[in-house]
Amino acid sequence: MAQVTLNKVVKKFDQTEAVRGIDLDIADQEFVVLVGPSGCGKSTTLRMIAGLEETTAGEIMIGGQIVNDLPPKDRDIAMVFQNYALYPHMTVFENMSFGLRLKKFPKAEIKQRVERAARILDITELLERRPRQLSGGQRQRVAMGRAIVRNPKVFLFDEPLSNLDAKLRVQMRTEIKKVHQQVRTTTVYVTHDQVEAMTLADRVVVMNGGRIEQIGTPHELYHAPKTRFVAGFIGSPTMNFIPCRLVEVTGALGVQLAEGLTLPVPSERDPAYRPYAGRALVLGIRPEHITETRAYAAGAEFAMSVDVVEPMGMETIVYFMVDGTEVCARVTPEAALAPGKRMRFLADMRHMHLIDPQSERVIDVPGATRVHGTARVPAA
Amino acid sequence: MNAAAELPQRRLFGGSLRRNRRWALAASYFFLVLFAIFFLIPPYYQLVTATKSSAEISNQTTDPWLPSFAPTSENIEELWNKTDFPIYLRNTALVTLCVVAITMTIAVPAAFSLGRMKFWGSGILATGVFLTYLVPDSLLFLPLFKIVGSLGLLNSYWALVLVYPTLTVPFCTWIMIGYFQSIPKELDEAALIDGASHLQMLSKIFIPVALPGLIAATIFAFTVCWAAFVYPMAFIFSSDQQVLTAGTITTLVKGDVYQWGMIMTAALIGAAPPLVVYAFLMDYYIAGLTSGATKG
Repeated sequence: MAQVTLNKVVKKFDQTEAVRGIDLDIADQEFVVLVGPSGCGKSTTLRMIAGLEETTAGEIMIGGQIVNDLPPKDRDIAMVFQNYALYPHMTVFENMSFGLRLKKFPKAEIKQRVERAARILDITELLERRPRQLSGGQRQRVAMGRAIVRNPKVFLFDEPLSNLDAKLRVQMRTEIKKVHQQVRTTTVYVTHDQVEAMTLADRVVVMNGGRIEQIGTPHELYHAPKTRFVAGFIGSPTMNFIPCRLVEVTGALGVQLAEGLTLPVPSERDPAYRPYAGRALVLGIRPEHITETRAYAAGAEFAMSVDVVEPMGMETIVYFMVDGTEVCARVTPEAALAPGKRMRFLADMRHMHLIDPQSERVIDVPGATRVHGTARVPAA
Repeated sequence: MNAAAELPQRRLFGGSLRRNRRWALAASYFFLVLFAIFFLIPPYYQLVTATKSSAEISNQTTDPWLPSFAPTSENIEELWNKTDFPIYLRNTALVTLCVVAITMTIAVPAAFSLGRMKFWGSGILATGVFLTYLVPDSLLFLPLFKIVGSLGLLNSYWALVLVYPTLTVPFCTWIMIGYFQSIPKELDEAALIDGASHLQMLSKIFIPVALPGLIAATIFAFTVCWAAFVYPMAFIFSSDQQVLTAGTITTLVKGDVYQWGMIMTAALIGAAPPLVVYAFLMDYYIAGLTSGATKG
């Protein structure tokens, strides 16, 4: 059990900078997920923590000790790889106990530790098998078992679920969460899948281009993204970004999306947005906050002609165009109209974001992480 | 209507596929039989001749292709009891064993370091290793003669133990580099995190995982040593140091007298050990040479 601290960590490969000076504090027992598109430096960061890559500059501390110059085996970490990296010629038991055997642990203790890990992961009956006799999910369990038996200070996961099919991935995701709740080892987990990041993490670190875009709880990232990148990366379907102008209409602010289409800004956001009045900005609003009109819910109503309709079962995704920009809305299946029909929508502007197109930053609104009742819940 | 129109067409298509396959099979069998005959004629001829007496071999009235009408074991008895053939066999076995051991001891760690431990110049070095293999032994024996002579090893089979690795090490290293590179790099990283040193990584992970490649390389080294001809011919003069290949020729060909019966017998016996080795390790050999071609 230990904290992990990254202090201005830089990694250069020849001339290209993969990681450009990141600071990160991970608390003891915390589950932190590094997420971002491929090439954002998340895996490199993890590999530097593991000691598989040298750091070009900066400091990495595990449990208060600077580990920059320590080889992986002396860092007291365990890693789970995307392709499992099980030793093909060893049985599951031998795979899990390899590290302990190298460290010359007594046989009885090795057996006890392996059996305990096998029980946690429900692979007791597989201990005598070899990796090629196991399914993908079972192999991933063994890889986790190999990490657990070492009882390390930190678990490192490098996209462990990417090789599994969609159904198994969801199942193993739950499994990993369960294991963490049981063993409470500090965990750093890398993935490009934002759903994995949101569901597993205590805190998510969104990376892009070798930098940290934002660190926060899943809730914070979803409701109060700090940059356009984070806003677009978290959530599916992705947030709508509509070019707009912040205008003042009879004393109150509104976002003008097109000629004759201006949506009012909630009054509590007025102080934060007032300095930007008159400027060209980008409105960010999630598809789930544009719905069909509902009698009980407040919001800005407007009508648009439907472009594309995608039924998903429990809901229907409806696309329409606003002045050349495609906008996505999530409506109940019964409410969706056929393409070409004019439909009335309701935008829950309490969840709006305004983005400065120059800096690509979301204009800060104090208290924006507060949970609002969504438009689907009748207002009290 | 539609289905009816489709049906005959599909049948036609299926028929042409079947016909196509039949042709391919017939052609395959034709060439396989052709090659089998081509490659089996020499051993057949050896066997037939080895069981004939000198009188029968030199008899112009009998067909040399037909088996003997009175098979004899006189060739093998004479070869075994009246020539130095057993010594050659023993020397060959000894030299081969030593060279295979030396080769693997050098090639495996060399391949591991060149293939897995990226260091400055490792790529060029790996190519260089392969290039040395391309120099033919018929050129190399001249300078090697000087070296062997200056070491005082002329006319000793230890000279062969020294020079054969120049043939085997480069190729075996090359095979093993390819094999080691086909092992996913996460495997060494996992071992590194598990606390293995590079030596433990090699002995506990790489060698067991690369066993088919290792066996392929061993078979190759074995075959090269067993069949080498130029070096023993050049470096060894006396019978007690001679090996099978050169020894058979120098003993059984005297001037223009060829003792065909014994030559054929010696060739058959000499070919047996590689045959046995191949037969037992064939599957590994093929797996070793074709690994990395496909995933998993």
